[in-house]
Amino acid sequence: MSDMKALAHLMKELEDQLVVCMRCGMCQSVCPLYDQTGREADVARGKLALLDGLMHEMFKDPEGVYERLNKCLLCGSCAANCPSGVNVLEIFMKARAILTGYMDLPPAKKLVLRGMLAHPELFDRMAEWGARFQKVFTRPVNDVVGTSCARVISPLLGRRHFKNLAETPFHKMVPVLKTRPGKSGVRAAFYVGCLIDKIFPHIAQAVVDVLTYHEVGIVLPENQACCGIPAVSSGDMKTFRSLLEHNLNSFNPGEFDYLVTACATCTSTFKEVWPAMAEAAGNGDMGLLRRVERIAEKTMDINAFMVNIIGLAPPVRGVGGDTENPPEVITYHDPCHLKKALGVSVEPRAMIKANPRYQLKEMASSDWCCGMGGSFNLQYYGISSTIGRQKRDNIVATGCSSVATGCPACMLQIADALSRSGDRVAVRHPVEIYAEQLKRHEN
Amino acid sequence: MLNPALIKEFKNIVGAENVFTDDADLLTYSYDAAVVKPVVPALVIRPTTSEALGRSVKVCGENGLPVTVRGAGTNLSGGTVPTAREGVVILTNGLKRILEINEADMYAVVQPGVVTAQFAAAAQAKGLFYPPDPGSQAVSTLGGNVAENAGGLRGLKYGVTSDYVMGLKFFDTNGEIVKTGAKTVKCATGYNLTGLLVGSEGTLGVFDEITLKLIPLPAHRKAMMAVFNQIIKASEAVAAIIAARIIPCTLEFMDNFTIRAVESYSRAGLPTDAAALLLIEVDGHPAMVEEDAVKVEEICRQQGAVDIRVAKDDAERDKVWAARRSALSALAKLKPTLVLEDATVPRSRIPEMVQAMQDIAAKYRLEIGTFGHAGDGNLHPTILTDKRNTEEWERVEAAIAAIFDKALAMGGTLSGEHGTGIAKSCFLEKETSPATIQYSRAVKAALDPRNILNPGKIIGG
Repeated sequence: MSDMKALAHLMKELEDQLVVCMRCGMCQSVCPLYDQTGREADVARGKLALLDGLMHEMFKDPEGVYERLNKCLLCGSCAANCPSGVNVLEIFMKARAILTGYMDLPPAKKLVLRGMLAHPELFDRMAEWGARFQKVFTRPVNDVVGTSCARVISPLLGRRHFKNLAETPFHKMVPVLKTRPGKSGVRAAFYVGCLIDKIFPHIAQAVVDVLTYHEVGIVLPENQACCGIPAVSSGDMKTFRSLLEHNLNSFNPGEFDYLVTACATCTSTFKEVWPAMAEAAGNGDMGLLRRVERIAEKTMDINAFMVNIIGLAPPVRGVGGDTENPPEVITYHDPCHLKKALGVSVEPRAMIKANPRYQLKEMASSDWCCGMGGSFNLQYYGISSTIGRQKRDNIVATGCSSVATGCPACMLQIADALSRSGDRVAVRHPVEIYAEQLKRHEN
Repeated sequence: MLNPALIKEFKNIVGAENVFTDDADLLTYSYDAAVVKPVVPALVIRPTTSEALGRSVKVCGENGLPVTVRGAGTNLSGGTVPTAREGVVILTNGLKRILEINEADMYAVVQPGVVTAQFAAAAQAKGLFYPPDPGSQAVSTLGGNVAENAGGLRGLKYGVTSDYVMGLKFFDTNGEIVKTGAKTVKCATGYNLTGLLVGSEGTLGVFDEITLKLIPLPAHRKAMMAVFNQIIKASEAVAAIIAARIIPCTLEFMDNFTIRAVESYSRAGLPTDAAALLLIEVDGHPAMVEEDAVKVEEICRQQGAVDIRVAKDDAERDKVWAARRSALSALAKLKPTLVLEDATVPRSRIPEMVQAMQDIAAKYRLEIGTFGHAGDGNLHPTILTDKRNTEEWERVEAAIAAIFDKALAMGGTLSGEHGTGIAKSCFLEKETSPATIQYSRAVKAALDPRNILNPGKIIGG
């Protein structure tokens, strides 16, 4: 291990951002992790103090800091609630990159990130093999939620109830698209994202249906790569840079007016993580940064795009939502990456309300994190599922028959929590709900 | 580092998972929200039962280990910064049960780690009101509020935490339970130990249970914003409202610097050219509220308010208070370090104090935003700085001393609601007398002969 002075020197880059935290502790009231553990090292203020301590060489325990820094959902609740406006996520991601560079990636993460994620075609192939063989290892447990569990005890899956990989990923159904805009006059690039491509291809189909109905021109490039958030959150800037370049080469901003995604995490990664991390990832390559900024400006969540740019079709009464067929109760969970990062919360609700078959009933604390946090769920499944259980309780208390949310990662976590409690509640995406309504227009 | 046998003993008492010994964990309990030097403790323990709390205190007492009790660590005077020599931090956030809310007799019994806002919400759900609302109430704990005698926006009419503490159970340094006060409205037995412990900042005992008074929720309320083009007129209006024998529940002041900061931060529609704003709310019986609101409006106009906006509904009322609540955030965004002072003067001296703040800002060439609880004389001059700038930091320290001198000269106090802690302990003699310090030290020495309870706080030593 190289010396502490060198690390402290690297940490100095964060000094101007770190000094903004005035240690008021308001982050404690909104942190889902602190809510569970009550430990200061689990909340933003504590982690910022640790980074500050490393920078000032107050103590010599970079491993201890690395471990505590990684124990975070990166939900951004603290940043959204911070009186001083500390850019918590950016600090954490940069610090993870510095500490990972200093200590190197754990071998398992290196294998997944550099061996698989960094190579989109290989990743696709492995997922296809997985889809083919998964039935041998898993069995269905809840037909409404659509979940399975492991047949034999598996260290990777544990007690999870999960959504199986789709038999056919979206990129096999629709490898590439280039359509001209109709009366909308708008062209939108569609970034699918790994989870939607491989687990929820029907959501991608719903996006295409909705765009097509509204005569939005679609640009769907083939061989799309991961947005890079798993790499950034593991501090792996090398993989992040390679994914970033792959995506920049696939999406030419000259060909579209907007870039839409149906994944809250991918949207916030494009819009916020890319610009924040591109300079560091590209070793100061300003050309790369400019390309990133052009894409970031055009990126929009599908709900926000439909409501604010295109305009929704008026509801058509038909099956459901009338006196003979009372509407089904649906509730909505605000993904952290939509509401707290991007301020999108009204639009997904508008998408749901546009379908009279459903009646939206708000749950308590709809914007409290579901506990997923990407790889956090893998590393700290116990805490993750306890937080998920609270979300499940709030969902079930509404008496709904389905819950919608604008993030496929949240969908997985919520499906696990509901399924493990034996609840018969379907987990949907607002764009599916809206697409379902448009079919009625067509008929 | 403490000796391993002691650490093992603590692990037996509170469970191994509730004893923190790693350097990284210890560092996260070295600070609170005050701008003071952090001190890393030797050990942190987190009892989750009363019994474990008492036994922990006893072990510390027997071994002469200094104890700093910590709830959420939102303290603004360094009261929860631990002590260097073998300091032990006892966390109370594992003791967070509301033990009883008694609707018939209107009191509640809580453990010290209950979060203030959560308790207020639980009381409100039963139609009862717990008025103290410190700015940090979303995270601060009741144990900390009692230890610091925390205040809040409603202090003018409803008082501060001490006005709601009916009784306590606390551990002495032998780990024995001491019971004070009662669940009755009246209680005349024994010494008023409740009064001694409230605001004692963890130097005289460790709270185990707190009995709090609750009151009926006010039936009606009305909020308004009065705009002034001269600071002096706004502060005179405060004095005039009180002189007219009207006690609003909240009467808040904001100077131009703060108004502009809030407006650029939250776009609340505040008049940025106003020299000062008063945000006023009256509550109580509907007829009286309406009458008081009209009178307050009249007084503000007589005192030269150029505009008065009365909130017509709850949404407008929320807007008024959202603007006030965002004052600290708005100022905090301007500079890295923010020193929030709370020197307090008799309310008739508010105009003078506001003027003094302007003079001090000019003299020490500092940016000071002033807002706060004008109705009870408790202003929050907020100095914006960057503690890394040593030359400027020296001016900040000089300005703080000047603010204290000014407040004391007017018959005021060093702290309206943040406590003495370590940040103000060296100024305490200025407000009191050498004999007061000696008397306090004698009390402390008698009750805590080994000086293990939060040593160094309030009275130094």
